[in-house]
Amino acid sequence: MEALVIVAHGSHLNAGSSTPTFDHADTIRATGAFDEVREGFWKEEPSFREVLRTVESDEVYVVPLFISEGYFTEEVIPRELRLDDWDPETWDSDGTSATHATLEATDVDKTVHYCGPVGTHEAMSDVIVQRAESVTGDPDVGEGFGLAVVGHGTERNENSAKAIEYHADRIGEMDRFDEVKALFMDEDPEVDDVTDFFESDDIVVVPLFVADGYHTQEDIPEDMGLTDDYRTGWDTPTEVDGHRIWYSGAVGTEPLMADVVLERAADAGADVAAAVERVREETGGAGATGD
Amino acid sequence: MNAAQVDSAQVEALAEAAADGIEFDGFAAEAEGDGYVLATEAGSKRVVHGDALDDAAAEYAPYVTNWYFWHAEAPQAEDRWAYLRWLERADDERVPDRYDALEAGTTREWGQLRVTVTVDEAGTRRYELRHVDDADAAPADLTDHDDPLDARQLAKHDDRDRYRPLKTAPTLQTGWRFADLGPGELVRAVESFYPATVANWHREREGELDISHWRETIGRQSGIYGVVRTWDRGEGHEHVDWVAEACCVDSQCVKRREWQYDEETDLDVDGGDGEFPCREPCSVVIAAARRWTKLEGEQSRTYEFELTPSEKEQIEDIVDAVADGRTEEIREADVYEGANRYRARFLRAKRFDDDGNLSGVSTDPEEAEGGADADGSSADEDEAAEEASDD
Repeated sequence: MEALVIVAHGSHLNAGSSTPTFDHADTIRATGAFDEVREGFWKEEPSFREVLRTVESDEVYVVPLFISEGYFTEEVIPRELRLDDWDPETWDSDGTSATHATLEATDVDKTVHYCGPVGTHEAMSDVIVQRAESVTGDPDVGEGFGLAVVGHGTERNENSAKAIEYHADRIGEMDRFDEVKALFMDEDPEVDDVTDFFESDDIVVVPLFVADGYHTQEDIPEDMGLTDDYRTGWDTPTEVDGHRIWYSGAVGTEPLMADVVLERAADAGADVAAAVERVREETGGAGATGD
Repeated sequence: MNAAQVDSAQVEALAEAAADGIEFDGFAAEAEGDGYVLATEAGSKRVVHGDALDDAAAEYAPYVTNWYFWHAEAPQAEDRWAYLRWLERADDERVPDRYDALEAGTTREWGQLRVTVTVDEAGTRRYELRHVDDADAAPADLTDHDDPLDARQLAKHDDRDRYRPLKTAPTLQTGWRFADLGPGELVRAVESFYPATVANWHREREGELDISHWRETIGRQSGIYGVVRTWDRGEGHEHVDWVAEACCVDSQCVKRREWQYDEETDLDVDGGDGEFPCREPCSVVIAAARRWTKLEGEQSRTYEFELTPSEKEQIEDIVDAVADGRTEEIREADVYEGANRYRARFLRAKRFDDDGNLSGVSTDPEEAEGGADADGSSADEDEAAEEASDD
């Protein structure tokens, strides 16, 4: 038997934090690609510590629903899953190139294929583009539009910035949007000054976050000037300094994210080709072949 | 007498398995020559020719259908199998008595869940799941669910629509019912309400529960939680007793706390009576402990307040009401309750100065503004920062 375990941060405070995780798990569960699909969380239950014992399968693909490589993917998750032979060197990554490692967990008799985070997979670029399509309601959005991919800066996690730049570069190479920029919350170029960095009248802003929460629903909208008070909401688009800002909310809520989770498992050896096709079709990513 | 009936698939499975011999739940069957020997713990025994197995199996219908269910229909994973058997008291009751009970429905409680097992003629078990407080509710008054994964949503909010960060808090919402689940679905629903409880309960029964005590658990923490290690100062475990009393007693969590200060040192607080164990301090406890580590770094001071005896008692009443989650119950006009809103507002009007200081006594006489607790951060900001952190 084979299981997919999606691991995510979760929240003690925000009920919506786990929703994207559950949604993507449900999408994949419906394909029947795995005998079991289970969700595990850092701040909710089942915890990382106990999620592996909740599956019956002896072959488990663990996919972190995290944006970048770093503290969680390299330290917390392997430690809590009890992958004692884990060493960050196993991934041999430059910060965005981790694929997977095959390990044993000490508390269960299972083989664990520990995958890189969804956020650094190349298929994530397609999800960002699809997010731009869904927020503008235009499947051909691109011409006349600028696209800002937003994340934390290096202040907290060096690889976070790398992941943002990686996708901004890839999408730029697609020659689809007039301009594509990587913006950050706590370093230059800062999202606060988003309109300074674009000539296009229309700017789609996609935060590279897994779930909507404090940053995507409070911080960023206020910092960009979409609203003075996040509680009163904002329009899409909102006019700021002569530009129309199309702010999408966390990219992780896009249904096509389920495809990236599957791609991660596929890269680690899971036989999920049929499920990938089905998920792309169902979530509007049919044309978005990863490579 | 129960109405169990053996079908042809079951007879076929019985014949096949009897070749290797069956011994299960007080029933035995084995091949002998051209025929079979069927026997029960009650002393009944029949030797039959191969052709007559149908009739003989029919005579032992409860035993045969019971064997078939547990080997062909129930999930075979050890923990799930053991849990489903616990639900119908399979280890305590012999098959005929168990079947009689199951026909009416055998009910057990698991935290705030109430599971009722029934059996049909073919031995197939069906499971009804609802909140213990809805035991006597009419089905029409409950919202029916079929998909066990709906439990994930039901578990998210309490009856007052507040988010439940701890799945095993005794605040599970009421008003729902899973009327007709199969065995695998039942376990899935239970595990969605109370994740990993079946696996850990089973490990405990097998004597294999891997408990991580307080010392070991905080020793493992890193990032923003690494600081909790500094709370242990080699001066005993009173602070951990307070944590357990605050977070882990039955009124706060339906798990039974099995972790202690360390392998040798038990906490002084009772672990509770929960059916399933808690094997290590959970993330809610660790996150709270991080805050307490900071707050408990402060030294006590002597303050002098002017209070009437009733006002002193009123402050105690307010702390009790908040700690016991009773503030909502206190009636608006019940001014005999110290934690009544009008009483609290009166106390504030009389005893607080314009800066919110009790009896005009500033928290820190050296610093004119702000309490020691005001560090400009919030739980939301902390959590968001942690998710983005790299160290």
